[in-house]
Amino acid sequence: MDITVIIFLTSGLFLGWALGANHLGNVFGTAVGTRMIRFSTAAAICSVFVVLGAVFGGGGTAETIGKLGAVNTLAGAFMVALAAAGAVWVMTRAGLPVSTTHAIVGAIIGWNVFSETWTDFDALIKITIGWVLGPILAALFAIALFFATVRVIRALKLHLLYLDAYTRLGLILAGAFGAYSLGANNIANVVGVFLPASPFVEFRLFDLFTVSPAQQLFLLGGIAIAVGVYTYSEKVVHTVGRGLYTLSPVSAWVVVMAHSLVLFLFASEGLERLLAHLGLPTIPLVPISSSEVIVGAVLGVALVKGRQNIRWRTLGRIGVGWAMTPAIAGIVCFFGLFILQNVFNQNVYDTPRYQITPAAAERLGREGLPPTLIARLAGQTFESSAQLESSVASSRLSRGDIARILEASQIDAVRVEPLRLGPKEFRWLTAGQMYAVYRIAGQPFPHRWAFAEALARESQDWRPGADAVLDKPRNRALHDRVEALARLFRDR
Amino acid sequence: MSDTKDFTLFRRTKELENELDNFFNKVSEGGLAFRFGIQIYMNHGPTAEFEEKLYHVNALENTADTLRRSIETKLYSQTLIPESRGDVLGLLETMDSVLNLMEGALWGFSIETPDVPEEFRRDFMELTDRVVLSVDELVKGARAFFRNIEAVSDHNHKVMFYEKEADKLSTKLKRAIFGSKLPLPNKVHLRSFVESVDNIADQAEDVADRLAIYTIKRTV
Repeated sequence: MDITVIIFLTSGLFLGWALGANHLGNVFGTAVGTRMIRFSTAAAICSVFVVLGAVFGGGGTAETIGKLGAVNTLAGAFMVALAAAGAVWVMTRAGLPVSTTHAIVGAIIGWNVFSETWTDFDALIKITIGWVLGPILAALFAIALFFATVRVIRALKLHLLYLDAYTRLGLILAGAFGAYSLGANNIANVVGVFLPASPFVEFRLFDLFTVSPAQQLFLLGGIAIAVGVYTYSEKVVHTVGRGLYTLSPVSAWVVVMAHSLVLFLFASEGLERLLAHLGLPTIPLVPISSSEVIVGAVLGVALVKGRQNIRWRTLGRIGVGWAMTPAIAGIVCFFGLFILQNVFNQNVYDTPRYQITPAAAERLGREGLPPTLIARLAGQTFESSAQLESSVASSRLSRGDIARILEASQIDAVRVEPLRLGPKEFRWLTAGQMYAVYRIAGQPFPHRWAFAEALARESQDWRPGADAVLDKPRNRALHDRVEALARLFRDR
Repeated sequence: MSDTKDFTLFRRTKELENELDNFFNKVSEGGLAFRFGIQIYMNHGPTAEFEEKLYHVNALENTADTLRRSIETKLYSQTLIPESRGDVLGLLETMDSVLNLMEGALWGFSIETPDVPEEFRRDFMELTDRVVLSVDELVKGARAFFRNIEAVSDHNHKVMFYEKEADKLSTKLKRAIFGSKLPLPNKVHLRSFVESVDNIADQAEDVADRLAIYTIKRTV
């Protein structure tokens, strides 16, 4: 176990801590703000459920990881996580609820600029959509839920004390559920990058459960989040709970429910899969984050109950915080990488080369790119994505086309040498998958995708599912395995 | 962990609900005992039966005090109904003072044994009826505050109505007393008793006014 891995892991744990400190406000802010639940109780419940969510719900990798995958050295990943954590920490100090994902995306853009990697600006567009769409959706849901709740309470004629008790229970349950999702959805952001380098080994607990190295890493990340919740979250809790608008206990419940509902309906792959499974149309997933949604939900209730009491100054500060988070993360990451590279002599990025090999040319042709362009590029090698991009600039290609060319032509030479397979690989490869690996033994592939296609040709077990929604988890797992094998077989 | 917590949460809620109901029962029972007490005094004077009613109200007042303290302590120590507990506290304390006033008025009759001439007795009993009706509506309004917030204003409206009626009658009674041939000390003495009974309705009205504000505050 490499000491540098442990050092690098600390930035992930710092990110976990910052995340916990910032996000308790989203799940328990309104409950604490209305004095329905004590801060210490909220922190205790949240810590327990965050850790549970991280260990038992955090199996899938988050989208952000996909983006982080581009950060191709451990030192680079360290800086990206550190910069994102720094940005979230600054915002937490200011008491502002912000999105960790946006901080990470900002940091990755910083890394992209530093490493002269072509940035897919769709990520930025997605952030902006989230800023607008998240609060609007949440506000609409909160308003609808508020009116429905008022009607139900009137119809039920509940005793004030029981209303209080049910509201408290509702807040605790919603908060615990929110904390579980928080752990499950964000753990990959926190320690996901370190998964390939996990220093842990599998063991069995009480002879009942097998605890995988990933789960141990997730537990560590979950604990980091829990520590953040306990030590530093009070300011954001008060901003969400009282700073923006003074809520009543029932409207506090409306806010957390609207928050959970919006995230469940518009940001949950579980529901998407369920709908697809039942043959129903799926709701498009939108890139919204918990912090945007909670602020929108508070505003929704405030608009119905009396907009004159909204503290616009606080709202303005939150807006500025949202815009500054990715910016700070990006800038810190850029300069951090500079220092890491030039002072600490770390390799913060590998520059992939790009070559339009015959295989790449054939794939681009299949994907419908102009044949003249492919013919012009064929056989050329580019030292960076920026260089490739400038050479095709005259062709006025769409961002999607540029991304396709980059993906098809990235050189990542793989030579299949089954002798390199260790006991770990033997454990997780299926018989069919193993068969395919041996079938293509000895073959070289210039690109990783070509390696994946060759495997898929040899065995059903390597073929991705056709359904974009239902097969998402399977395809993601396949992708992760191909990546792991490609790393193993990397041709140096 | 949270399960057991919530279980006790509901058990405590039930206890507290019972205590609140009990408190309101004591106030409304106090009204009934007060009315009987006055009726007995008017018809038979300060008899043992009257003293018994006085002690009944006295006991109710003591129990109500104990209940009120227990409810208040629970509301604050368990941080229940954080938004409304100040209001509930105000409500209980002012309602308790209604009971105190009834007890005080009966003590006055018992200690000072005023001589009420025949011609005023009917009006005295009528005044007591109206006062007790206003207290009754107040208790209903207070119960509605906890269970059915929309009904509060109906009850409050009736409290105001009976208070006005009691005021009218007390003015009429005082005019009749001072227009009579009684010696001035007797007149002044009787007036103080009219006022001690009428004050109860005034206090009920004050509580109803507070309740109206609490109700507005307690919107979801």
